[in-house]
Amino acid sequence: MAIGAVLTCVAALLALAGLGVVVHSRPGATRFIYSACLALSSVILIVAVARLLTWPGPDPATTLPLGLPWIGARFRIDALSAFFLAVINFGAAAASLYALGYGEHEEHPGRVLPFYPAFLAGMNIVILADDAFSFLVAWEFMSLASWALVVAHHQEAENTRAGYIYLLMASFGTLTLLLTFGLLAGPAGGYGFTDIRAAEHAAWLPGLVLALALIGTGSKAGLVPLHVWLPLAHPAAPSHVSALMSGVMTKVAVYGFVRITFDLLGEPSWWWSIVVLGLGSITAVLGVLYALMQRDLKKLLAYSTVENIGIIFIGLGLALAFKASGYAAPAALALTAALFHVLNHSFFKSLLFFGAGAVLNSTGERNIERLGGLIQRMPIVAFLFLGGCLAISALPPLNGFVSEWLLFQAILLSPDLPQWGLKLTIPAAGAMLALAAALSATCFVRAFGITFLGRPRSPEAQAATETDPLSRAGMYVLLGACLVAGILPGLIIDGIAPVVQEHVGLTMPTQTTNAWLSIIPIAESRSSYNGLLVFVFIIISTMLAVEVIHRYASRDLRRAPAWDCGFPEPSPATQYTADSFAQPVRRVFGEFAFLARERVDMPPPGDPRPATLDVRLVDVIWEGFYAPIQGWIQFGAEKLNHLQFLTIRRYLSLVFLALVLLLLMVAIWP
Amino acid sequence: MALILDLIIQGAQMLLVLLLAPLLLGYTRKVKARLLRRRGPPILQPYRDLIRLCRKEVVLAENASWLFRSAPYMIFAATWVAAALVPTFATGLHFSWTADLIAITALLGSARLFLALVGMDVGTSFGGIGSSREMLFSSIAEPAMIMIVFTVALIAGSTQLSTIADTMLTADVGLRVSLGLALVGLIIVALAENARIPVDNPATHLELTMVHEAMVLEYSGRHLAVIELAAALKLLLYISIVACIFVPWGLASNGGGLAAYAVGIVTYLGKLAVGGFLLAFFETSIAKMRVFRVPEFLGTALMLGFLGTLLLFVSRSF
Amino acid sequence: MEPFALDIAHLLAGGLVLVSFMLLYQDRMFGLLNVFALHAVVLSLSIGWQAYVQDAPHLFIPAAIALVLKGIIIPVALHRVVVRLGIHRQIETVGGIGPTMLAGLGLVALSMVVMLRATEAADPLAREDLAFALSVILLGLLMMVTRRNAVSQVVGFLSIENGLILAATGAKGMPLVVEISVAFSVLVAFIVIGVFLFRIRERFDTVDIRALDEFRGERQ
Repeated sequence: MAIGAVLTCVAALLALAGLGVVVHSRPGATRFIYSACLALSSVILIVAVARLLTWPGPDPATTLPLGLPWIGARFRIDALSAFFLAVINFGAAAASLYALGYGEHEEHPGRVLPFYPAFLAGMNIVILADDAFSFLVAWEFMSLASWALVVAHHQEAENTRAGYIYLLMASFGTLTLLLTFGLLAGPAGGYGFTDIRAAEHAAWLPGLVLALALIGTGSKAGLVPLHVWLPLAHPAAPSHVSALMSGVMTKVAVYGFVRITFDLLGEPSWWWSIVVLGLGSITAVLGVLYALMQRDLKKLLAYSTVENIGIIFIGLGLALAFKASGYAAPAALALTAALFHVLNHSFFKSLLFFGAGAVLNSTGERNIERLGGLIQRMPIVAFLFLGGCLAISALPPLNGFVSEWLLFQAILLSPDLPQWGLKLTIPAAGAMLALAAALSATCFVRAFGITFLGRPRSPEAQAATETDPLSRAGMYVLLGACLVAGILPGLIIDGIAPVVQEHVGLTMPTQTTNAWLSIIPIAESRSSYNGLLVFVFIIISTMLAVEVIHRYASRDLRRAPAWDCGFPEPSPATQYTADSFAQPVRRVFGEFAFLARERVDMPPPGDPRPATLDVRLVDVIWEGFYAPIQGWIQFGAEKLNHLQFLTIRRYLSLVFLALVLLLLMVAIWP
Repeated sequence: MALILDLIIQGAQMLLVLLLAPLLLGYTRKVKARLLRRRGPPILQPYRDLIRLCRKEVVLAENASWLFRSAPYMIFAATWVAAALVPTFATGLHFSWTADLIAITALLGSARLFLALVGMDVGTSFGGIGSSREMLFSSIAEPAMIMIVFTVALIAGSTQLSTIADTMLTADVGLRVSLGLALVGLIIVALAENARIPVDNPATHLELTMVHEAMVLEYSGRHLAVIELAAALKLLLYISIVACIFVPWGLASNGGGLAAYAVGIVTYLGKLAVGGFLLAFFETSIAKMRVFRVPEFLGTALMLGFLGTLLLFVSRSF
Repeated sequence: MEPFALDIAHLLAGGLVLVSFMLLYQDRMFGLLNVFALHAVVLSLSIGWQAYVQDAPHLFIPAAIALVLKGIIIPVALHRVVVRLGIHRQIETVGGIGPTMLAGLGLVALSMVVMLRATEAADPLAREDLAFALSVILLGLLMMVTRRNAVSQVVGFLSIENGLILAATGAKGMPLVVEISVAFSVLVAFIVIGVFLFRIRERFDTVDIRALDEFRGERQ
């Protein structure tokens, strides 16, 4: 029943995509298509949440006569799918609502309208798929639809380059996933997930499958060193699509990883968690350090997505470690924390991208060095963006804090693990998690402060105006969701419980029955947190302070030029720029992470030319990893190019040699 | 009846920390002056300063936003809620389970985030200096604090401050290496977070040496009074945390009776006095570091916290 | 009394590891020598405590040797020689302080794991002290490897030797500890003298005392 409804909605989305090709130039087309997407996503969201909250047990698969003739296409909603359907469709609904306002500014709607519903449909089908073939077809369909959206504004050269690199990485990822499922299905070729679960694997197979799955899904999610396409592609797309790609498509990749590692591979080995933890921690710290160096607001948000994916993988690694040693309760805690962070990130990252889109619409600028003072000109967007920054910096009482708190509690349970390698890795991962959280607060103070606070640094920023109400409505919905998830986290934890039950065998204790709606992850004596009460206390304290001060203190207020120690400077060029704000961090961490070098060229006294500051940052991953690969491929291709220009005799001899070689092999092979 | 008594005790704690904070500040300044062979301002001077500031008119920069005007109250609220949850004279207060040590650290982090934002609001270069340096220090001090919290929590088996204090009081914890490392690390983090020498000079207005002062440079009148009170509250909070974890003797347990609470209050005042004296003594015997040595100083705290956690992961008897 | 003894031993051994980190952190010559003197004092306190706890009064002799020779005589002698020979007072390192510290942390973690795995069946006091001692040795080696200055390499070598003595005294009932201490001290004295002979020869192109007297201006 539920699956029927969802599949119908997906079919409707595909139909909308087709419609979009035809009607994109009509005046009401944008509104119609986005409203229809909003309606359809909301329907799927409601169905998925209803299923998750009243979890009756897993369904049998529904088989449709599409795809490969001897399998058909199997679709199923189990707890994991229901959860990710909810995450994706909430993001999709919010993006569609936002796009009702934002999409009006699109110059070439024909490049965006057909592919947007197709993108949504692709993501939903990946989650619903119950056999490897439909999974892979939907995965590739999703990549292609998003690629079309990335190159929608292909007049700018950087967008075409972004699209090219995205396509390369996506194809590479799909290739590794193809190998993964091929290995899992085995020589018998049972591609359905139920068959794969029942299959017997050789001892070496799970390790190889994990590595391939990590590469395949990790490249789509943004794990270092496969993240390079993310900061190029996510900013290039229109803002609502960027929000979907960052906030939602990366979660589809996380779904793929969880499905393969926790579900299809069976019992994990303990060393898998070391690999996942290591990659996750490095991704978290490097992602946020890169974000601190960016001047483009959307690139900053894209790198921040990389950081949060690292945090999610730290949680997944912990869950694997506990599951491998048989500690079910801590594994449930770690998996819940990771999935909670999946939900949280989709909320606040989408909110932040919507804000960036509003700023882009209003000023035409993505470069934060040319913004500033927007809090007076766009007060509501500033407020909503501030909410997003507070949420992503993991501050109570908003939702980012809850998932980080749960992760820390999981780390505090891990000294019981017996393996020595884990005893070394987990404290290091905890330290890097804490470092990433602190650096992300710095990053978002910088982003918000330079963009919205201070004085305008360019005429475009000076002339900015507030965005339209529909865009703001989309952002309000997401901020409200962040607040609810932060104040009533028990509801979300209980919602995730069926997923955790399926994959770990145990859930966290029921949270909605706790006194005052606090969350108690392990036991009352160990730790507890009450978001609602903290929120209420903060409100009460603020109101008390305001009341006392306004009653007993002077109410006088006078506006005057800024004090600035008595040297007020009229030019906005004297205020801090984004680069100068990040300079201390660049100096402390950058020498290690980016080989940062600063050089000051100070002219001698009497020379009137200006002093210059030269900052050199090296993207170590690109230079050290990708550029050599590019070099080798180029070299190999040039050598192979000689095959184009051989004489007929040489071609014949090649064919002859190949034939002789094959005959030799047949002769020698035992 | 017991519920009402509990609520009264919790309310008393909140009021107590609020009233004691300026006194602690005045006492520290007096001791520092005496150590420098000056007379120093009277101990009650901070109260007079706050009242004076409240009576003055606020002079607001022309382009200051709504965030600038409302942030002092939010900073104060976050710091006050955090301070109200730290056991000062009694453990197991009625709402002490709502937030553990990690949540308290994060509440202080949110106060600091707002302070850094208002530093950038008016668009002057001083504010930018303060904000960027403050965020640099916090990006090392926060992980250090989290690792110290891990160390203490692994020994005590919980992150709730009341439970930690009770464990340190009753169980035979002994003089453990990891506790020693955590203590030194916590003192370093406390010095950095409260803008004390050697990280920042609380009495300066020189451009090259300002961090906290630079962020609040544009504030005046009642807003400045609220921010100063929040800063004093933060100092009190850190000394209380050090006292309740490492010197917990004298803390009344839950439902101990009025005599126990009285003993708790007296010992708490004694601990504050000793803490203030040691702080003043330390500040007069060391010079302020240049800004780019502070990350090394804080890095030491991070390293100590990490070592403590690592030792506890490796063997329970460390 | 028993757990108290364990805690104090851990505190002193852990303190020695921390002082080794402080040695890694120093970038000035005199600071380095002062911290090395502290290293020797903490070592002698640790040996003294072991002598008390293990009820082995002959261990007081190595404690005294450590205190007098390495805590007082060697630092003072090195101090005077540095001043006399005008040795460069800034210590250059290979790689910055940050990466060196991180490497040090990794080495401590490694030594913890190795020692605790290898000695599963031994007495807890001994094996944890051995873990700390191995950390001190590895940190001393790290110091020798990441310094370009001869004096700091010598100090690194001396701290390795301190770690070995800590390990030797930590293992209960190890024979000939006193003799080994004296032998090590003689070795150390020869190494220190040797290094400075090299420096003198580099500086003045000769170690002949008559030529040195000429430089001093005593011979006319």
